[in-house]
Amino acid sequence: MVKVTFIEHDGTETTVEAAEGDSVMSAAIANGIDGIVAECGGSMMCATCHCYVDDAWADRTGPRKEGEDDMLESAASEVKETSRLSCQIKLTADLDGLVVHLPEEQV
Amino acid sequence: MTLIEGHKPITPADGIPVWDVDPYDEDMLRAPETFYAELRAKGPVVFIPAYSILALGQYETTQKVFSDHENFVSSRGVGLNDFKLEEPWRPPSIILEVDPPDHTRTRRIMAKALSPKVVRGLADMFRETAEEIVDDLLTKGSFDAVTDLAERFPVSVFPRAVGMRDVDQRNLVDYGACVFNAMGPDNRLRRWALERNKQIAPWIMAACARDRLTDDGLGAMIYAEAAAEDAAITEAEAAMLVRSFLSAGVDTTVTGIGNALWCFATNPGEWDRLRADPKLARPAIEEVLRFTSPVHTFGRTAGRDTEIAGYPVEEGTKVICVLGAANSDPDKWGDPEAFRIDRRPLGHMAFGAGIHGCVGQNIARGEMEALLSVMAEKVARIEPAGEAVWRPNNAIHALDKLPLKLIPK
Repeated sequence: MVKVTFIEHDGTETTVEAAEGDSVMSAAIANGIDGIVAECGGSMMCATCHCYVDDAWADRTGPRKEGEDDMLESAASEVKETSRLSCQIKLTADLDGLVVHLPEEQV
Repeated sequence: MTLIEGHKPITPADGIPVWDVDPYDEDMLRAPETFYAELRAKGPVVFIPAYSILALGQYETTQKVFSDHENFVSSRGVGLNDFKLEEPWRPPSIILEVDPPDHTRTRRIMAKALSPKVVRGLADMFRETAEEIVDDLLTKGSFDAVTDLAERFPVSVFPRAVGMRDVDQRNLVDYGACVFNAMGPDNRLRRWALERNKQIAPWIMAACARDRLTDDGLGAMIYAEAAAEDAAITEAEAAMLVRSFLSAGVDTTVTGIGNALWCFATNPGEWDRLRADPKLARPAIEEVLRFTSPVHTFGRTAGRDTEIAGYPVEEGTKVICVLGAANSDPDKWGDPEAFRIDRRPLGHMAFGAGIHGCVGQNIARGEMEALLSVMAEKVARIEPAGEAVWRPNNAIHALDKLPLKLIPK
């Protein structure tokens, strides 16, 4: 199992466990994290699972996937250098302890 | 080799249950719940000898196969005909009936034109139009919600968003119905579709021509892609993509809206909940889609020898993914027979899944949200005013008639 910590816009911190191979988005949904909506279910169609990867982890989560930039343009909150669609970050053992911050709004 | 429905006949692997059933029987298409349940009960994969196809209905397997574009391709047709073996009834779609990398090129263009940002820009127009139509219907007694609301609203807003100057409600709705009926076997519905399409196609071609579109709509965005310096598509391809807005974006949203009205007319308690908390409109849309599966069945072709649920599957096998069955699988949803607008059914299959997931899903949600929000403000009750009648279609589960009366607030 891999641990992921979500820090919501209001500062609420929740650490959840997910299986390797799951996406950060599905880990959030399975654990009822409010700051991730994920309307399209992971088809990279909606930009409602936007997150900011913590600076300490940005190298390990790697670059954005093809098409992710286009979709992030539709994000409801500010897009930063560390912005990712959480459905496109696949959890590996290397990401155990990952910290992501959630934006103020998703829709 | 004698083809069956335009594809290679197969011998199913040992152990795959055989079911002598016609999934495209018209009575069953009108009321598919028993078919869905029996398909799931028989196993993760079932052989249907009538058409020599495999059928999937359990959520887990359906979801897996439907998103596995590497083993189960779209380029050989998403209906029963195998485009590799028989000429398709129309030139294949360059977004629906293609695989990567061809698919990636056109998908990106369509995804950009239909992005959440673009849809947000259309929200006011959607809302104003919804207000006009709902105000008008509130002055009436009973009306047919299929033609007077479910068709009228998308046909008022979507062609306008595309930038069309020519609008014909019947042609626009039937065009989609034809394309979806053509995914089935050579039955009465498919034969009707091929005939009807001959009448509509010239009108669609003309109405989607570059010079018939305004320069500020979604259509112009697609044509602009073809005119760009390092264009990824030709002008002829742009025209095809613009037409695909209409084949995939009218009848489907009409069906989604009709089904939503039916859900609320038959579940008045859920309508009260939506009125009390209009923020539930977005999750309510997802539940309507899960509960009624407007697109009930979609096909793939095994592009190479592969497997489903541990059973070997030979190259060239046609597999139908019964999305309606997956969306009502109790193993996934617990109480699928309950319509609950706060269910938030993430992972439902109504828009498909994976790289071919509905590219128009944002605009579909935008249209439905506008209408439901306006109705939640103005309508106290949605009352049935006669019997709802379902219309059989080889891939769409839609209403034919839905007599309703709206009771104002």
